[in-house]
Amino acid sequence: MIPCYAFASVCLAAGFNWHGFFFLLFAAAACGLALAVVFTDNVVRMAFHLVLSLSATAGLFFLAGAEFVGAMQLMIYVGGTLVLLVFGVMLTAQAPFVSIATPSGEKLLAAVVGVALFAILLRAAFSQPAWREPPAVPAIGDRKPSATPIGMA
Amino acid sequence: MVEFLTHSAGFPVWLSWTVTAVTAAVLILNVMAVGALVFIWAERKIAARIQDRLGPTRTGGKFGWLQSVADGIKLLAKEDLMPDGADAMLFRIAPYVSFCASFAAFIALPFAFDVVGQRLNVGGFFVVAVLGLEVFGVILAGYASASKWSLFGAMREAAQVVSYEVPLGMCVVVPVMLSGTMDLVTIGEKQAGWFTNWYVFHDPFTFVVFWVYFTCAVASVNRAPFDLAEAESELVAGFHTEYSGLRWSFFFMAEYGSMFLVSGLASVLFLGGWNGPVPLASILGLSEGTGDTAPFVVRLIGCMNLLGKATLGVLVMMWVRWTLPRLRIDQVMTTCLKYCTPIAAVMFAGAMLWTWAAPGGLVGLFAPNRLPRLVFRPGGEIREGWIEGPGGLMASSGTRATTAIGPTGVDRVQDSAGPLVAVKRDAEPYGLEFEGVR
Repeated sequence: MIPCYAFASVCLAAGFNWHGFFFLLFAAAACGLALAVVFTDNVVRMAFHLVLSLSATAGLFFLAGAEFVGAMQLMIYVGGTLVLLVFGVMLTAQAPFVSIATPSGEKLLAAVVGVALFAILLRAAFSQPAWREPPAVPAIGDRKPSATPIGMA
Repeated sequence: MVEFLTHSAGFPVWLSWTVTAVTAAVLILNVMAVGALVFIWAERKIAARIQDRLGPTRTGGKFGWLQSVADGIKLLAKEDLMPDGADAMLFRIAPYVSFCASFAAFIALPFAFDVVGQRLNVGGFFVVAVLGLEVFGVILAGYASASKWSLFGAMREAAQVVSYEVPLGMCVVVPVMLSGTMDLVTIGEKQAGWFTNWYVFHDPFTFVVFWVYFTCAVASVNRAPFDLAEAESELVAGFHTEYSGLRWSFFFMAEYGSMFLVSGLASVLFLGGWNGPVPLASILGLSEGTGDTAPFVVRLIGCMNLLGKATLGVLVMMWVRWTLPRLRIDQVMTTCLKYCTPIAAVMFAGAMLWTWAAPGGLVGLFAPNRLPRLVFRPGGEIREGWIEGPGGLMASSGTRATTAIGPTGVDRVQDSAGPLVAVKRDAEPYGLEFEGVR
């Protein structure tokens, strides 16, 4: 019981809210599993990590109130594309558990390109002044954004 | 509930969210777990009766009703085996992927008006999307088992589910088109009243669409006669050949959960959701009750209605399973691509034309006074597509309101005898809900 109380008081002191918690959780899952996709050798494991990474991204969309985009993400990427990808792998694989070994030269090249792109994106993201301010936390009972305008367009 | 805990009980906001979320999750988990126990018992009894046997008779008394519990204890105690050549991580995680997909889809399924884990404005779409993820657990299980039988099962499942998503989606679009929203709560409310307001009886096209939906739903949850992934007469046990114990039972929890889910979705989309065939709550005068208990009683009746309809759907699936022989894989694909998809497409076009010509459906043509009435309740949304009956908005006292809702916005519509039925969209603190004929 005492650890529970300690945990609760820490949460209270830190201004805990579930929105922040789940944002960090989903963001960490999306990033970590994306790295896992890169560093795995087995194709199906890669696909599985990609499923989890894209699902975590869908979770971020749901968290932001963009339910339509989140459901689209699940439907198209996770449900459609990745099932076809795994299906294709299973059809074409000659031996069980094919592994893809990347030459170290390509790894270096990919690392350079990846880090450069990441740096540019990070720079662009931080150069938006509006994105630096913390967003207004919606109160309970506020109207949520809706997919209606998309349907009416 | 969050508001109640925050404002009345004085909880901090994060704690009220926690309590609410845990309550919803535990309730949904109970629906799945207890549902699986009951349905497995029911399946054994039904199978036995259809095959002229008795089924379980001894465990727990006369009808063998404790058989599932006994099975559960046996599965818990069973050794958890894994083949030597298996991909350990994927093999272990695959049952949970199936289970989580099935569980997550329940979040958006309403059990009565506003009795829903999370009311999403794209609820119908969400359920179909998440349900499609269940196949991933099956594929991973088949692949990671390092067994030819499992792999065959998984490949069949992948081909089948990817194909059946197409007609299934087309069928789901029809009620969405009729109601003008993807919010499952609103779709259910729009079918309030007598059973003639259910979308399955809206017009001949929707009647056919319902049966196409049901066929595709049976195929997409991988039940006989479409259970090619298991096919115990050819593939030993298909994708779960190498599984035992609790992991195996997770696949079955997922399967029975999905059966219940697609039946529940069928009820909400086509069979009036939580509205019974007879508007009992309205007749008893409970819908107008504003006291503390009346809304709860109405929702309780709604829950019973929906659970009853969904259970009926599951029982029909069992009946079909033990009656029809399993299809061959080419016949499965033929059924989907040559029959279900074209029929669904033609019926979609037909329903669209019918709605354009007669927005109220069959009821609107023959008994327009039985259409669902608009009544004023806080918390809904206003759409211009929600005009019931030819020529205008139906007011709550049965007379037609003078101002129709135009495409640009909603004017204030006032009926002389009834309450306010609509307000302008710009000023919307309120919305419309639907209620049956009294």
